[in-house]
Amino acid sequence: MTMVQSQKERYIPLFLLAPAILLMLLIVAYPVVQSIRLSFFDISLLMPARAKFVGFRNYVEMLHSETFYRALLNSIVWIIGCVSTQFVVGMLGALLLKCKFKGNGIIRGLTLIPWATSSVLVALMWTWMLDGNYGVINDLLKRVGIIDSYIPWLAQPNTALGGVMIANIWQGAPFFAVMLLAAMQNVSEELYEAAYIDGANSWKQFWYITIPSIMPTIIITTMLRLIWTANYMDLILVMTGGGPGYSSTTLPLLSYLTAYKRLRVGEASAIAVFQTVFLMVVLSFYLRLLQGQSKEE
Amino acid sequence: MAKTFAIRKRGKSFLIFILAAFWLAFILFPYLWMFITSIKPSVELYTSPIRYLPSSPTFEGYRLLFDATEFPRYLLNSFIVTFSTIILSGSVAVCAAYAFSRFEFRGKNRLFPVFLISQMFPAILLVLSLFFIMKEIGVLNTPIALIIAHSTFALPFTIWLLTGFFNAIPRELDEAAAIDGANRWQIFRMILLPLSVPGLVASLTYVFIFSWNEFIYALTFTSDATARTLPVGLHSFMGEYIIRWDLLTAGGVLTALPVVFFFAIFQRYIVQGLTAGAVKG
Repeated sequence: MTMVQSQKERYIPLFLLAPAILLMLLIVAYPVVQSIRLSFFDISLLMPARAKFVGFRNYVEMLHSETFYRALLNSIVWIIGCVSTQFVVGMLGALLLKCKFKGNGIIRGLTLIPWATSSVLVALMWTWMLDGNYGVINDLLKRVGIIDSYIPWLAQPNTALGGVMIANIWQGAPFFAVMLLAAMQNVSEELYEAAYIDGANSWKQFWYITIPSIMPTIIITTMLRLIWTANYMDLILVMTGGGPGYSSTTLPLLSYLTAYKRLRVGEASAIAVFQTVFLMVVLSFYLRLLQGQSKEE
Repeated sequence: MAKTFAIRKRGKSFLIFILAAFWLAFILFPYLWMFITSIKPSVELYTSPIRYLPSSPTFEGYRLLFDATEFPRYLLNSFIVTFSTIILSGSVAVCAAYAFSRFEFRGKNRLFPVFLISQMFPAILLVLSLFFIMKEIGVLNTPIALIIAHSTFALPFTIWLLTGFFNAIPRELDEAAAIDGANRWQIFRMILLPLSVPGLVASLTYVFIFSWNEFIYALTFTSDATARTLPVGLHSFMGEYIIRWDLLTAGGVLTALPVVFFFAIFQRYIVQGLTAGAVKG
């Protein structure tokens, strides 16, 4: 028996959804359109009333600036470096947590805590650990003999972005681990038993049973992480401010700095619009890659 | 034969034990180091080679934080913003999730992906014009700007979580109650809501974590101590008290505590909600 919706009841869902739709329109849809519009104006953060329409000039200037290409390159390094390492570390973590051992439940519970920690806090902890004079990481590396003298990780151009990436990998890998673990636990034990009887070793079992079975989760989680990592600028902003120079500035951070340090909102909007389009291209490339792979199989 | 097998098995479990310890250290060491730093006397922070344990633990950093800085103000602001966001976002999401779970309507299958796509836009794209919008309606540098923004950005995932939890409650219960003469509101209040308490708590914990931790909107919508939340406050401390790491880490510990507390209690439900969608594909 199903409930028959009366004429009057047809308006109930509309009524229930109205607040959510209203907020989304006002706080997401309208600002997106508005920001695209701003990218065609010469507009100062402090005097928005004096905005002047300049057509595509902001985009042309963006494409002629060296810092833009630096930021684009940094963004690519940041996205690929962070997501791939998070995936590998997360996979290792998931395989470990899948094993049965004492205290497993507690460790699983603790695993997601970095994900629930504020970006500023992550930045604070890692800035202190990576400190060039009193950082614990320098101390540990020197004791083990990997480095001879302390390295000011966040203060020199060639290590600054890498230092922030380490903090981001630490924060993001547990998310991968938890998602992959949940997927692994859904794979039927019978598959492994059958493979064991057929003489497949652990490596073969992992490669031919685990990976194909959890593929949907790998695809979705990686996509979520790609989006999140590409737009994530909190850690860089707090740990290095994009510096020294622009050595650790990514596209979203360049947009932020252009608006809030140089007060040029029009140019900042152009960069933000580019970042959005760039992200869509990355995602479609990622999806195309997957499609190509599934055709091969 | 049996003996070597047993030894190999024991060797394997020993290896797993070592690896598990490594994983745990990887996850927890930054928090541990932050806590240790926060109870060190300030002279012991800057020694070379560094001192791992404090000679005499002190809570001086914590005392200074409350006596000499704006920290209490930031703490209060964070509580105001977070709890208002929970109430606003929670009630809007409950209504929407109820509609998604219990009604058929045109465009239902299209509306939800649209909500999720909104998560793809970089915060900076939205911040630039939201800044002017908030300024226009006169809420810049007040908690209201943050409450509205946080509530909206927490919505898609909260609705998604709640819809899943509502869907898990069999519709037959609704129908049985309807036959007994209960109206929609009574069914919602007396059946759906009580049965989805774990889901509700998990969803609201997500909103709590999101709002408590959020940084970019909080940074751009507040300009001084009157409206700053903890993440923005900590960020400004990092500029002001550059050589007072005991103070900074004390602030960090206190900022982390509420989240770790709530997360520890409800993590099972959150993980369940997080993984449900992705695992189903």
